[in-house]
Amino acid sequence: MSRRFTPKVVTANRLIEGDAVWLTEDDRWSPDMAEAELIEDEAHAQLRLLFAKGQSHLVVGPELVDAAPSPTGPVPVHFREAFRTRGPSNYRHGKQAEGLIPRGRIPGDETTHV
Amino acid sequence: MYRYNDFDEAFVRERVRQFRAQVERRIDGSLTEDEFRPLRLMNGLYLQLHAYMLRVAIPYGTLRVDQMRRLADIAERWDRGYGHFTTRQNIQFNWPRLKDVPDILDALADVGMHAIQTSGNCVRNVTADHFAGAAADEIADPRPVAELLRQWSTDHPEFQFLPRKFKIAITGSPNDRAVTRAHDIGLRMIRNAAGEPGYEVLVGGGLGRTPMLGQVIRDFLPAEDLLPYVEAILGAYNLKGRRDNKYKARIKITVFENGLDAFRAEVEKRFARLRSEWKGADRALLAEIERHFAPPAFREAPLDEYEAFRAANPAFRAWTDTNLHPHRAPGYAIVTISLKKPGATPGDATAHQMRVMADLAEAYGHGELRVSHEQNIVLPHVHRSDLPAIWQRLREADLATANVGLVSDIIACPGMDYCALATARSIPVAQAIARRFEELDIEHEVGPLKIKISGCINACGHHHVGHIGILGLDRAGVENYQITLGGDGTETASLGEKMGPGFPAEEIVGAVERLVLGYLAIRRDAEETFLQTVRRVGLEPFKGFLYGTEARDAA
Repeated sequence: MSRRFTPKVVTANRLIEGDAVWLTEDDRWSPDMAEAELIEDEAHAQLRLLFAKGQSHLVVGPELVDAAPSPTGPVPVHFREAFRTRGPSNYRHGKQAEGLIPRGRIPGDETTHV
Repeated sequence: MYRYNDFDEAFVRERVRQFRAQVERRIDGSLTEDEFRPLRLMNGLYLQLHAYMLRVAIPYGTLRVDQMRRLADIAERWDRGYGHFTTRQNIQFNWPRLKDVPDILDALADVGMHAIQTSGNCVRNVTADHFAGAAADEIADPRPVAELLRQWSTDHPEFQFLPRKFKIAITGSPNDRAVTRAHDIGLRMIRNAAGEPGYEVLVGGGLGRTPMLGQVIRDFLPAEDLLPYVEAILGAYNLKGRRDNKYKARIKITVFENGLDAFRAEVEKRFARLRSEWKGADRALLAEIERHFAPPAFREAPLDEYEAFRAANPAFRAWTDTNLHPHRAPGYAIVTISLKKPGATPGDATAHQMRVMADLAEAYGHGELRVSHEQNIVLPHVHRSDLPAIWQRLREADLATANVGLVSDIIACPGMDYCALATARSIPVAQAIARRFEELDIEHEVGPLKIKISGCINACGHHHVGHIGILGLDRAGVENYQITLGGDGTETASLGEKMGPGFPAEEIVGAVERLVLGYLAIRRDAEETFLQTVRRVGLEPFKGFLYGTEARDAA
C-alpha cells in the first residue's frame, strides 16, 4: 500500500537577511507562510524543489516541509516550522515583530495562532 | 592581557579581507551556497532558524574593556541590541545580515577579536577557568598557555580538517571550574613531587549524544613538552579518528574504540618523534606571552566602609554572600555578575549592560572582564572597598541578582528559539524554573544547585554535568523534557543518570520543584548539598519525588 502524500510547502532562508521564506505559486519568496503554495502532489513537489534550488542567488537551504491547508493558507504541521513563522519566545523579535501572524500550533504554548 | 602583535593583526585583517570578497562573490552569484557554506563557517557564521548567527571567539573567556564596549557597539549597530554569552565562553549575535558581517569582523579586528575557528572540524576556542589569575586556590595562571595553544592551533595546516571539532580546556586550579573532563583534551596545571610544573593530561571527554568523561593519558607531562604532546594527540586522532560517521568521529570514540592504552601508545610514539623537532621557539613565545598576563598592581585600602555597608544593607549582604569568590590578593574579591535574573534569558546582556560592565571593569576592576562557561560575567580583580559602588551601578542596570551557584543560576543553550539543530526550547524552561523559585523564595535555603538545560542531544547546555540536567526532545511533535540527576562538571566529575519518562513543557517546572523540595525534606542537615544528598541516597528517593510511588508507564 503506498502512503498518502502529506502536503508540502517549499521553505528556505533569505540569502541576505537569513529570515524564513516560503515559495509562492507565482515563484516569489514570501516572508508570510500564508502566501505559500501548498503542494499536494509528490511529482509537483519535486519540480518546485528543483526550481527553488535554482534560486541560490535569493535563498539558502530550500527544502520541502509538511504543511496543512487552512482557510487562511497553509499552516505548519510541526512546531519547529511554527517557530519559523513567529520568531523566538524570549523576545518579540523576528516575524512576530513585523506584523506577521504566527501560524501553526506549538503544543503547550497557547500564545500562537493558526 | 594579551594584545595582538603585528603578525596576529595582519593575519586577522587578511582573513576579513578574504571573507569580504567571498561574501561579495556569494551575493553576486559567483559562489553557490555549497561553495560558500564552509567559508562562512570558517568565520563563525551560521544560518539558524530565523537569521544568521555570528559566533565570536572570546579566547579563554578573557575580555578587555575596549573589547566589551565593541561587543556592545556591534549589538547596537548590526544586531538587535543584545548579545548571548555561551557555555563555550564565546558570544553569539543572533540577527546579523550577511552583507554586514564583513564590517562586523573588521570592527572586531579593531579590538583584537575575530570569529575564526568558532565552527568547523578544527581546534575551537580554548577555554579556561574563568577565575584564572585571580583565584586564591590557583597554582598557576592557565591563560598564557591557553593563548599559546590558540596561536599554535589557529590556521594550523595539519589540523584544519580533523575528523570532527576539537575542544581544549585548561585549569590552573585543583578546583576544576573549566569542566576539563568534558573536553577532547583537558589540561590541569600541577606540580610533581620535585615541585616542577607540568600538566595532568586528560583525553576523550565530551558530552553530546555519547557522553564520556576524559581519562588520564599522562599523569605528569613536564611543562616544556606541552605543544609536542598536544600535537601528538591531535596527530594520532587525525589519523585514527573515524570519518565514516559524524556521530562516531569525536576523539572520545577514537579512544573508546581503540582503548586508552593503544591510543596512548600511538600518542607516545608520535611524541617521541615530534619532541626533538621542537627546538624551544614555543618556550620563547610562551615567555613573551606570559609578560602580557602579569598580575595588576593590587592596592591596599581599608575595608571599614565595606563592612559597615554590608552590615547595614541585607540586599547587598545577600549579593556578597553568593556572587563573590576568594581572591588571592588581600582585600580583593572576584565578582560574578549574574546574567540570570529570574525571567531573563540566561547569558544575554543588552548593549547598555555590556557598557556598564565595561565601565565597572575600567573604574574598579583593573580593566579586565571574563565570560564564564556558566554564562555569567566576571570582574576578576575587585577591591572589596569598591563593592558598594559596583553593586549600586549593577542594580541600576538590572545586573545585581544575588543567585550565583543557586537554583536560578541556570545554564541554557539557545534551544529551538534560535538553533537550527534544537529539538525543543530551553530558554522558556529556564525562565519558568527561575521564576517559580523566585516565588517560592527558597533558593538561598536550598544552597548550591546547578541546573543545566540543553535543547537537543548535542548538549551545549551541559545537561549531563548538571546536578539536575534537563534535555529537551521532540516526542511525536511535542516538546518533552528528560531529567538526569547527579551530574557534576568539577574535579569530582560525574555524568548524570536518566531518571525515567520525560515531562511535557507544562510539567517540567513542577517536576524540578518536587526534586528540590524532596531534597530539602531528606537532606541530613543544611550543610549537605543537593549533589551530596543524591550521592548519599542514590536515585530511588528522587524517582519517588518525581513520579510518586508508582512509576508511570513509559510514554
